Amino acid sequence: MNPLTSYLSQLRRSTIGMVGWGIIASFVVIALIAPIISPYNPYATSNAYLQHPSLLHLFGTNQEGQDLFSQNMYGTRIPLLVGSTAALVAVLMGLIIGLFSGYFGGILDEILMRVTDFFLVVPAIVLMIVISALIGGTLTNVILIIGGLSWPMTARVVRSMVLSIKEWPFVEVAKSSNGGSIYIMFKHILPNVMPVVFANAALSVANAIFTQSALVFIGVGDVTDLSWGNIMHFAYINGTITAGIWWYMIPPGIFIVLLTVGFIFLSTSFESIFNPRTRRV
Amino acid sequence: MIEIKELVVKYKSSKGEVYAVDGLNLEIDSGLIFGLVGESGSGKTTLGLSLLRILPPTAIIESGNVLISGTDVTKLKESEMRKWRGKKISMVFQGAMNSLNPLMTVEEQVAEPLIIHENMDKDQALLRAKENLENVGLGENILKRYPHELSGGMKQRVVIAMAIIEHPSLLIADEPTTALDVVTQHRIMKLFRRLKDEFGVTIILISHDLPIVAEVADKVAIMYGGKMSEVGDAKEVVTQSKHPYTQGLIRSIPDPRSTKVIRGISGEPVSLMNPPKGCRFYDRCSQRRDLCKTYDYKPAILENRHLVYCNLFEERMA
Amino acid sequence: MSNVPYILRRTVSAILTIFAIIILNFILFRLLPGNPITLLYRSPALTSRQIALLTSEFGLNQPLWIQFVIFFKNSLVGNFGISFFYKEPVTTVIIPAIKNSLILLIPANLLAILLGMFTGAVSAWRRGKKVDGTILGVSLALYAMPTFWLGSMLIVMALYVGGIPVEGMYSIGALSQNFLARFLDFLSHLALPLITLTLVLYGEFTIVMRNSLLDVLSEDYIVTAKAKGASDSRILWKHAFPNGLLPLVSLIAISFGLVIGGVMFTEIVFSWPGIGFVTYTAIFMRDYPVLQGAFFLITITVVLANYFADFVYGYIDPRIRYQ
Repeated sequence: MNPLTSYLSQLRRSTIGMVGWGIIASFVVIALIAPIISPYNPYATSNAYLQHPSLLHLFGTNQEGQDLFSQNMYGTRIPLLVGSTAALVAVLMGLIIGLFSGYFGGILDEILMRVTDFFLVVPAIVLMIVISALIGGTLTNVILIIGGLSWPMTARVVRSMVLSIKEWPFVEVAKSSNGGSIYIMFKHILPNVMPVVFANAALSVANAIFTQSALVFIGVGDVTDLSWGNIMHFAYINGTITAGIWWYMIPPGIFIVLLTVGFIFLSTSFESIFNPRTRRV
Repeated sequence: MIEIKELVVKYKSSKGEVYAVDGLNLEIDSGLIFGLVGESGSGKTTLGLSLLRILPPTAIIESGNVLISGTDVTKLKESEMRKWRGKKISMVFQGAMNSLNPLMTVEEQVAEPLIIHENMDKDQALLRAKENLENVGLGENILKRYPHELSGGMKQRVVIAMAIIEHPSLLIADEPTTALDVVTQHRIMKLFRRLKDEFGVTIILISHDLPIVAEVADKVAIMYGGKMSEVGDAKEVVTQSKHPYTQGLIRSIPDPRSTKVIRGISGEPVSLMNPPKGCRFYDRCSQRRDLCKTYDYKPAILENRHLVYCNLFEERMA
Repeated sequence: MSNVPYILRRTVSAILTIFAIIILNFILFRLLPGNPITLLYRSPALTSRQIALLTSEFGLNQPLWIQFVIFFKNSLVGNFGISFFYKEPVTTVIIPAIKNSLILLIPANLLAILLGMFTGAVSAWRRGKKVDGTILGVSLALYAMPTFWLGSMLIVMALYVGGIPVEGMYSIGALSQNFLARFLDFLSHLALPLITLTLVLYGEFTIVMRNSLLDVLSEDYIVTAKAKGASDSRILWKHAFPNGLLPLVSLIAISFGLVIGGVMFTEIVFSWPGIGFVTYTAIFMRDYPVLQGAFFLITITVVLANYFADFVYGYIDPRIRYQ
């Protein structure tokens, strides 16, 4: 059976998977209908500075008198966008590097894996901060920086999968019947690697969302567009935390935790459905 | 003497319940090597684990009794049972490759039962471990080694040394020679024979390999689908097998001197998820009759306490 | 010695990694628009005399490959030039910061590892039970929590309670007090950053320990231990636990990047004068020499930590020892 259909047919029995999808779907809906559910223009300033949460301002207001509820609703968009696109970049890179490295082996494998190990050792977050600080953290840059530095794990996992799949009888048969390498790689090996790739992709999204918020928080990311990280950035640099303004930072943090957990659950559900041996939760 | 009465052991899985041992009766006399033979999934390993009550968490003993020298181990408290394990009853596992802790030296692992049960001080326990390892043919040079440095045969001997260090009255060996080469297999079997003769230990030898078992066992029991098929004197079961399943097993043994094509038993092993009523072997049996579908597993008792669990047996004798 | 090849391989690999980091560091800081000399002029803190000095010292007016050779030599001896902002050698700025970071990082990491090891083990042992659910839930939430957010929440709570310092390493004037008073003042400042960092790391360590122990618990030698009559606690602590530690040790090495990330954000939130805080201020001051030096030292620390962890791993696991 196609891995995706088999996943979907078993998903209903996986509580974790359903909860994960539920959380993610909720945030996607919020991102889409942000203009409808936001009572205020998130950018509109007012004289109502730093108001406590109330029925008028559910999450209170910030130092510019902007409505934090509306800001948080709109702020859902960038994390989802950056998270998914950066993860896509990372997973594609990891997949291709892992496939080629594992399938062809030899000197190519040696070189690719040295590079992979190098990027596994160098703390990615530090490198991302430095590069963003140097070239500027525009939206596109942030996506490329996060994506371009988050592939090593996927590459490693894919490579080790390919190494074992390569020895399976049907691949041997395909090879002996003169199938081209690229053909075999994409036709026979890729489908068997996909479950692992899905699980990795979900984790990559979680990591990318996390990283994007962190970069924006310290001010090397894109601080002009609204995002949860952006809200926390302004809460921090305006000294609201040490001023005891408790309500400012709570919602975006909780949203990040929720969305991250959603993607972790998703990843767990991929793993447990495709590889029941790892079922752990 | 070990008496197993109407034992039922079930596994719970996401797909349903599996009765790995399903109303099984068996008597095992002391001081014998008793072979327990069946294909994988026949319930033989589950039966072995039930005697020690070390089933995986998904399995439970649902009903029945296991009397070992008069004590019903299914009724023992866990704390009592623990005192039996490794002392009165010990076990040698399938695939000795992984049954040793990779981070502990050989001597530490062999000595461990003494430390657990006798509260013996470490030096004394290690000394005993050394003696025991010598007893199974392993020299002093092995004491400080780690499992990954040993060959399969050596590991199996270590596991046996560990199992007999407390002089148990019952030793259960589950596939002790699988994955070993033929020469080593024979050595290990000889060792079992010696243990029986020297220490009078009862040995239950669980295996899928009837010829290997028949080589050393005094009696054998053939299991199929969580139930007994045939029990009797080892030589007799091999040379004068009565049950169609046993006969099939014997026919499927390759004979190195003959070029005859091996005739195995056709069909798949019975599923224990929803086993058929009546005889478990019905679907694969070449001699089945309609009345086998209602077979109640009352054995035919022949001379020499040879038991055959087959409906048609008397019919065929005629 | 039988373990020479293993040590040798790891050593060569560590040295190559350090070389690669120097190259990366060289390239990174040339990604900036404009050449290094014009960058120097942009820094308001430097006089033209200082710029001329720096230019000749780092060969900035020479061909790229000569610049690289000079840069390489300088990196090896720890010369990263003069901080634009502090107008002191970069090492003078960074070395004390590294020390401050370690004061925070080492106890937090150790605490998190210890707590994670034990609760992870308990969680695996009681798999599917209430304890497991609670431990897993808490760990997952902590793992998914941005460090700076957790720190900020703790600050808000500390302010509510009152009396707990939320910024810096010492109170103003504390340095002129006697040793004991100074030390107590330091401890009270350490409390919140330490809790934050410990909690953040704890989540991941617990999850990894639990997973690794679940794998171990399904191994045959655990059944063997049970068959020997070993008690539950003996099986868990004597047999399962040491084996479960192996993946944790390698994780501790790999996760050094995560630890660094955690420590940086903790320092930023609590204005703890460590390497993370220095990096943060260097970004805003466009103090590139400090940024470059900090990046180099952080990455080297991680490489060395990894190198060290390989030894620990080799020591615990006899299978590696003799490879």
